[in-house]
Amino acid sequence: MISLIEYVIAALILIGVSFCFVGSLGLVKLPDFYMRVHVPTKATTLGIGSLLIASTIYFSILRGAPAVHEILIVVFLFMTAPISAHMLMKAGLHEGLPDVDGEVEKRRG
Amino acid sequence: MITVALNVGFAVMCLCLILNLIRLLKGPSTPDRILALDTMYINTIALILLFGVRLEREIFFEAALLIAMMGFIGTVALANYLLHGDIID
Repeated sequence: MISLIEYVIAALILIGVSFCFVGSLGLVKLPDFYMRVHVPTKATTLGIGSLLIASTIYFSILRGAPAVHEILIVVFLFMTAPISAHMLMKAGLHEGLPDVDGEVEKRRG
Repeated sequence: MITVALNVGFAVMCLCLILNLIRLLKGPSTPDRILALDTMYINTIALILLFGVRLEREIFFEAALLIAMMGFIGTVALANYLLHGDIID
């Protein structure tokens, strides 16, 4: 039973880390600012969620009581990631950054 | 088993931070750099969580929560500065 839980925790850690890695790789590789906004705010937040589930299970097993205060970080990050992405996208539109075709759309923020 | 996964996680998260640093240094525009900083603090939260699991200490969660709040406030302040030329409007 304990070894099964260990496998589950290890799998969750690897899944979360791989999502974070995909997000960071997309931040470097994608050609356009409007594409680059999406990848960290979606993939990286999902990876953090998986890592926090893993650590919640780990500390619940370690202490023998449910550890729920890690959920706070998940709730906070899942609330704030869309807001910050929205603000950054508005700032990019305000700056008039070109998209991948070289078209510039200037808007007043 | 968990130790192996944690070691792999440390290595991959350090690689993620290096990738974010490349975008932070290279980024052609200011919103790109702000986005790189935003991703960097989220990856730092992941690294601190892995470290807390490794050391079996729960004090790291408070640090992770503080970094989440401060990073969000910093991102919003920088984006507001780009939008309005002023942080508090």
